[in-house]
Amino acid sequence: MLGLNKQDTSLFLIVVAMTVLAPFFLNPFPSESSLALFNAGYPDLMQRFVIFGIFAIGFNILFGLTGYLSFGHAAFLGVGSYAAVWIFKLFTYNVIPAIVFSVIVAGAFALFIGYISLRRSGIYFSILTLAFAQMSFALAYSVLSNPNFNLTNGETGLQVYGDDLQIFHRENLPDFPHLFGLSMRANYELEIGSWLFNFSAGYYICAIIMIAAFYLAVRIFRSPFGTMLRAVKSNQTRMYYTGLNARPYTLAAFVVSGMYAGLAGGLMAAVDPLAGAERMQWTASGEVVLMTILGGTGTLIGPILGAGFIKYFENIFSKINDTILHGWFAFLPEGLENLMVAIVHPFIGKGWHLTLGILFMLVIIFLPGGLVEGGQRILNLLRRRNGQKSDADKSAQSTPAE
Amino acid sequence: MDSIILQILNGLDKGSAYALIALGLTLIFGTLGVVNFAHGALFMIGAFCAVTLQRILNFSYETIDETKKDFLGNPLKVETPYVESWFGPEMGAGIIEWSVPLAILFCIPVMIAVGFAMERGLIKFFYKRTHADQILVTFGLAIVLQEIIKFYYGANPIPTPAPDALDGVINMGAIIGMDITYPIWRVVYFCFAAVIILGIFAFLQFTTFGMVVRAGMADRETVGILGINIDRRFTIMFGIAAAVAGLAGVMYTPINPPNYHMGMDFLVLSFVVVVVGGMGSLPGAVLAGFILGILESFASTAWATSLLPGINQVIIYLVAIIILLTRPRGLMGRKGVMEE
Repeated sequence: MLGLNKQDTSLFLIVVAMTVLAPFFLNPFPSESSLALFNAGYPDLMQRFVIFGIFAIGFNILFGLTGYLSFGHAAFLGVGSYAAVWIFKLFTYNVIPAIVFSVIVAGAFALFIGYISLRRSGIYFSILTLAFAQMSFALAYSVLSNPNFNLTNGETGLQVYGDDLQIFHRENLPDFPHLFGLSMRANYELEIGSWLFNFSAGYYICAIIMIAAFYLAVRIFRSPFGTMLRAVKSNQTRMYYTGLNARPYTLAAFVVSGMYAGLAGGLMAAVDPLAGAERMQWTASGEVVLMTILGGTGTLIGPILGAGFIKYFENIFSKINDTILHGWFAFLPEGLENLMVAIVHPFIGKGWHLTLGILFMLVIIFLPGGLVEGGQRILNLLRRRNGQKSDADKSAQSTPAE
Repeated sequence: MDSIILQILNGLDKGSAYALIALGLTLIFGTLGVVNFAHGALFMIGAFCAVTLQRILNFSYETIDETKKDFLGNPLKVETPYVESWFGPEMGAGIIEWSVPLAILFCIPVMIAVGFAMERGLIKFFYKRTHADQILVTFGLAIVLQEIIKFYYGANPIPTPAPDALDGVINMGAIIGMDITYPIWRVVYFCFAAVIILGIFAFLQFTTFGMVVRAGMADRETVGILGINIDRRFTIMFGIAAAVAGLAGVMYTPINPPNYHMGMDFLVLSFVVVVVGGMGSLPGAVLAGFILGILESFASTAWATSLLPGINQVIIYLVAIIILLTRPRGLMGRKGVMEE
């Protein structure tokens, strides 16, 4: 289907089903129950899932295929956000031109940075991208917000004000980013029994874009271009010796992945019309690296899983507090209960980053292929166990016949 | 003229911090071949050693002083640090005041232990993995260490003052007939860094241990074949590199109150320093540290910022980009180290 082979088609359909039905299965618990804490089906969080999914898919095109570890990808995200907010400020709140513009700007920016950075590889490439991203961050934070030439609005962040130009804005259109009149904030609540499901316009617009982005990524992975990128990862020297210049390919991969980041940045501005410099900081670049690796580098679905996993647990862990913990451990004797709470306490609430760091280290050490590899290992284990059983059955059947 | 010298001085103390961290990074990279993204975290742990010692020294007990009353007429509670009751009030107060320099003694064993634990417990398993994996796992470790510190010490910077005797300013220009006043502690910091750097170089150059380590850096396999346990020596070098980063952190606390993300802030810059100096070159790391420190301080002058706004924020990265593109091995990089 759609030029995909059977396996990819089923993967693609799984992703489509997951994103479309997300409002249902992310809200498995009744909204009044004590487990409602684990629900993630509200618009803001779901939008973050898909937006960071796009970001990670794009990063994976560069890192997963070519092996070039960029530590400055957040710069493109930030540039995309700024570009989108400028479109909101100058022309219209419609998201289409804003997103298109943010992709173009991020692509151009990536072309510039990539052209320079890709002269080196390995750790030097990481340092170069890091240096560029930190420079963009520093400039966006300070110089580009001076009164004469205010491009970024510094610490406050770029946002849309009432007296902005907005040439194509009309009275009947919502005062918020919208798609031809459909506000990104529009939300339909469906109540079934004690369950409450949210269907947000913003989420579905982002989700459709993510599905398209995912489809494009699958096509890139399976194309001759993707194979070329994998060749860069496995042995670049050999490619040079066979007379192939790999740089245009890596540069193309870098630009594509920069455009994905720009798209994510544009969408981020579309669901919340605000752009700040902190989106460009290198810790933000580190986050997308974490997502991609946690999910599974070089796999198709890994980055989406990683992004969803990190954003979900970030949200849940930050919400849990000591009172909730006491509730969970209430079945234990009191001394033991307090001990358990004291043990778990550093890892929850504000300690989420500690949990993330430990988890990330464990994944790198024991599971370099990320969640996807973990899933495959479990599947193989199950399959082998079943296989052994059937083998045993066969041998048991065949022996008496002799 | 005065202002030029002042800017050089300003650059030297920041440059010393860069040079010390970059030196440790290069030691680790040159010996073990590991790219250690957790080195900034070691710098931060060093700084928090100073905080910890300050807190330990300030452990106190409460006594009720019947002779004094507070404004409600109740007897006043007086907190006396144990140190003061053991060594007498004056001596005790002196010890507390000198907690930052004393933390040097406290920091060295702690940092060496942390270094050993890190190398044996984690880094050892990553010799054979790719540089990307090493970067990522140490990056994860850096996050974990930073969050642990944040959990125990909170997110706010903790002031750790220098002793009063070293806290003022000194007229550096008096000797050469100019008027340059400068904080004493920064001069101390620079001298301290110089001593450590010279010490490391002397250690590598003039001791048998150092000779073996240098041989191992040049050709690990051959040294191993000669029957020398090079791994153990490299582990010790890791401990020393950790201690250098820790000492840089301890002495930096009076200049900049330590907070949990200071390690990350310095890490990025010191990596840039290492790359500019040349991967694997110890003199290169030190030289680049000081050069970048001085360049940064010149770029922060009013003259430079009015000429090119924002230059003070980006100068280091700009220099790094130019160096990386024009001199691929950095200023003093050796041939064959980290070449693609």
